[in-house]
Amino acid sequence: MKPSTKLLALAVLAILIALAPLVFPSSFYYRIGALIFVNGLAVTGLVILFGYAGQISLGHAGFAGIGAYATALSPGLLGVHPGIGLVLGAILSGLVAFLIGRPILRLKGHYLAVATLGFGILVFITLNNESQLTGGPDGMPVEDLGLRDLSRALGLGLSTSEVWYWFMGIVLLVGAWLAMNLFQSPTGRALRALHDSETAARTHGVDVARYKLVAFVISAVYASLAGSLQALLNRFVTPDVAGFLHSVEWVVMTVLGGAGSVIGAIFGAAILTALPQALTVFQEYEHLILGAIMMLVMIFLREGLFPSVARLVGRSA
Amino acid sequence: MSELLQFLFSGLTVGAVYALVALGFTLIYNASGVVNFAQGEFVMIGGMTTVFLFDAGAPLWLACAGAIVVAMAVGYLLNKLAIEPARGASIVTLIIITIGASIFLRGVAQVVFGKSIHRYPAFSGEAPFVIGGATILPQSLWVLFGGAAIFVGLWLFLTRSITGKAVLATANNRLAASLVGVNTNAMMTLSFALSAAIGALAGVLATPITLTSFDVGVALALKGFAAAMLGGMGSPVGALIGGLLLGLIEALTAGYISSEYKDAAAFIVILVVLFVMPSGLFGRAATERV
Repeated sequence: MKPSTKLLALAVLAILIALAPLVFPSSFYYRIGALIFVNGLAVTGLVILFGYAGQISLGHAGFAGIGAYATALSPGLLGVHPGIGLVLGAILSGLVAFLIGRPILRLKGHYLAVATLGFGILVFITLNNESQLTGGPDGMPVEDLGLRDLSRALGLGLSTSEVWYWFMGIVLLVGAWLAMNLFQSPTGRALRALHDSETAARTHGVDVARYKLVAFVISAVYASLAGSLQALLNRFVTPDVAGFLHSVEWVVMTVLGGAGSVIGAIFGAAILTALPQALTVFQEYEHLILGAIMMLVMIFLREGLFPSVARLVGRSA
Repeated sequence: MSELLQFLFSGLTVGAVYALVALGFTLIYNASGVVNFAQGEFVMIGGMTTVFLFDAGAPLWLACAGAIVVAMAVGYLLNKLAIEPARGASIVTLIIITIGASIFLRGVAQVVFGKSIHRYPAFSGEAPFVIGGATILPQSLWVLFGGAAIFVGLWLFLTRSITGKAVLATANNRLAASLVGVNTNAMMTLSFALSAAIGALAGVLATPITLTSFDVGVALALKGFAAAMLGGMGSPVGALIGGLLLGLIEALTAGYISSEYKDAAAFIVILVVLFVMPSGLFGRAATERV
């Protein structure tokens, strides 16, 4: 990606975020927009892990669980603002990823998939069972982040959904900008090198284990932040945030849009977040549709929707 | 003592189901190099289709046979429609495809069968036998002996019949097998259908004890995978031992430590095995070709 391409991509994303509210028929759409940006943030982290470094994870919702419950629990346990809880959750997720990353990332292919999946499910089981702390399967309420009060203090007078839309839009832009910078950095080059061939990267002096770990920790922090923000947006959290299906949804969003680029993956997040809201029948057929999309995209559009569409447009132009 | 015996009985029963799922994994993995994350759905299809046919008025034996046929058809279609078109794709792609298949089948089952939990009567009564102060259900014996029969049958098929030897040849080296006239595509299809039948049979035998619903597949697939890995990926004997061991570990965890965390046992086993001895108890160490 050339620097100009990066600026163009960020500009397009910023313009889309800024202009989308013009076509919103009701304020409900601000909420959907904010949800899209939350998922977009998590998926941006997965692009660093899948797209840049070529490592799969089926357990990143585990980090979202850590982030979400750190945010929900710290006001009660530590007496701090939920915003501090979000930061603590991100630090904790990063630490956990750092500790389990080395042994897990020695694994490849199926083994890596199953090990990460096992990690995610262990987090889910723990959140589900420690009900005196987490409320168990029923979940627990989350304190207000105070965005609405902030907007009022600034004299903006936006509704809660509107504030969240703009706040998340900015968070996503910053997240995407950081990820794109990483792509161009020496670290990004090392990640892309080990993606193509670990052996080749190693012979050129890339510390493969270290760079895989870097990608894993960064993506874990992204997932943790997304989990925290989702909890704060919903003002409620259940163990499902760490569930297997949540991990799979993020993977599908990433590969649907195209794991190779941040913009593509965010595009995938937008489609899969908006679709269930648009189709009310989606609820009943959720698994069926999700599974079918996974199979079809992987069989017919292996690079994802976005690169395939981009190539078609490029060819005709 | 009788308490320990009780845990052993229940552990072996559940372990036999895991062993069958692991055996199904092994068959497909050997034939195609694909780890089929939809393996647990075959167990679910076996149990659910039996429920469905039995409730529709079919005799139990016919319902069971019908369920196995349905599962084999699903296994056949899975290979034809999803795995064959993706031949040569990367491992990550194949993982996402089989997980997609698993979620898709779960979604279909949810629409067709509904969300409730089902069971049907045990094959030979519900009155438990008492052995050494512990009890064992007649259906548990069905599971244990049924599982053993499948292992013996599969072993005879693979070592004594010409078709079975062709499957083994395909597993060992697809190119060499096709050069000596084995139809390797047909052997792949056969592996998927057989693997589906084994999974469905596990579901058919175990459902009167474990109950079934549309979403039991994922957990079973993961535990079957853990069992296959514990024993050593690709080794049928490893699948058997790994399955039984995992069942025992779970039952002992539930009995002596915490029943809430019994499901965690399988995943801790996965992680420990992967970190400490990645090739499992009976597996060969993998080598990477550059």
